[in-house]
Amino acid sequence: MNDFIERLNACGVFPLRAAGIDILQMNITRRCNLTCKHCHVQAGPQRTEMMSRQTMAHCIQAAAHPRITTIDITGGAPEMHPDLEWLLGELAVLNKRLIVRSNLVVLLDPAYRRYLDLFAAHKIELVGSLPDHHAEKSDRQRGPGSFEGAVQVIRELNHRSYGLPGSGLTLHLVHNPVGAYLPGPQSALEGEYRRVLRDRHGLHFNTLFCLVNNPIGRYADYLKRSGNWSDYMHTLRCAFNLQTVSSVMCRTTLSIGWDGRLYDCDFNQMLDLTVNSGAPKHIADFDFARLAEREIVVRSHCFACTAGAGSSCQGALAD
Amino acid sequence: MTETYYEPRDLEDFANIGEDAPEAGRKFFDYYATATGAGKLTEREKALIALTVATVRHCPYCIDAYTNKCLSLGVGSDEMMEAIHVGAAMVAGDTLAHATQIRKIIRKKEM
Repeated sequence: MNDFIERLNACGVFPLRAAGIDILQMNITRRCNLTCKHCHVQAGPQRTEMMSRQTMAHCIQAAAHPRITTIDITGGAPEMHPDLEWLLGELAVLNKRLIVRSNLVVLLDPAYRRYLDLFAAHKIELVGSLPDHHAEKSDRQRGPGSFEGAVQVIRELNHRSYGLPGSGLTLHLVHNPVGAYLPGPQSALEGEYRRVLRDRHGLHFNTLFCLVNNPIGRYADYLKRSGNWSDYMHTLRCAFNLQTVSSVMCRTTLSIGWDGRLYDCDFNQMLDLTVNSGAPKHIADFDFARLAEREIVVRSHCFACTAGAGSSCQGALAD
Repeated sequence: MTETYYEPRDLEDFANIGEDAPEAGRKFFDYYATATGAGKLTEREKALIALTVATVRHCPYCIDAYTNKCLSLGVGSDEMMEAIHVGAAMVAGDTLAHATQIRKIIRKKEM
């Protein structure tokens, strides 16, 4: 039995079960133009994994289920998937909340610039990575020049009314710590981001999502290499907040890998932990009723989602 | 022997200091939370004050806790160092201001 199960057991909340499927999260590629030091996907330019059109078609079919309200497209850099344009067109017809997670700087590449207008045309909700509002810190995690690149892209998105109140075009930014510590309160950091980005760069956004770095993938390598692994895991365990357990994202999300396999979340996906308890394991066999009540597969890395104010792909769970 | 008086894990016991004096302990933690939480000053400003006091007072537990808190709140290392220089200047100024006591006694005693 792993220590997260022990903790849930001690609190009387094991097993953790799904409470429906609200969000269908599709990880369509592990290819990315960046090689960020914290990336749990270990994405990069050399990765070749791409979701096939057939698997995308299965996802679209599943996304049409009336109980699913949100389709969340992630990667890698989704823009680098040759079928993203087609996929967005098909999903837009469903008239549901449609999210694309972007590293922003990929949109500076002439090959992908068209997505600036395409996202706006489909009213895609954008979630853009910006780990820190200090250029130097952000670049330490994502590579030299990436902060300035992100600033340019946010400016272009603002010109298209993204991130402006009342425009209907939503731009969220994502903060995650550049090092072995937890993010502070989301409201405090959002205020700081808003002040710095507005005053120094003239930029606007809607919401800041604060994410706890999950101790897997490249971030786990960094923690071990820098001698921070045991302290970080200890910090996560000490910061366990029972109040976050009922709202962890895996309870209402179904994560789909590039090859169509099904997971409780993107972190479990990277650990190759497919859905459990006899629920269908591939999107081709999608069965809402069976998946909506599945038992969630949990391990020690789950402490990252229950630490402090909690953490999810939509930011903190409680502030 | 690797054991020292100051161990990072000691801080885990901090929450239990009220065990033998529950009322005082509870009042202290309530006060601590109020004093360090956001008010007219932001949590960020208060974290910098706390980090400066911790460093001036040479408290390794608080230096650890408030460096992490400052990082979590997006405080830059340059801002932390700027705050610490305020603390260092205050300590130097406080020391030198007491030289006036020396000067006062000298003036009284010397012919």
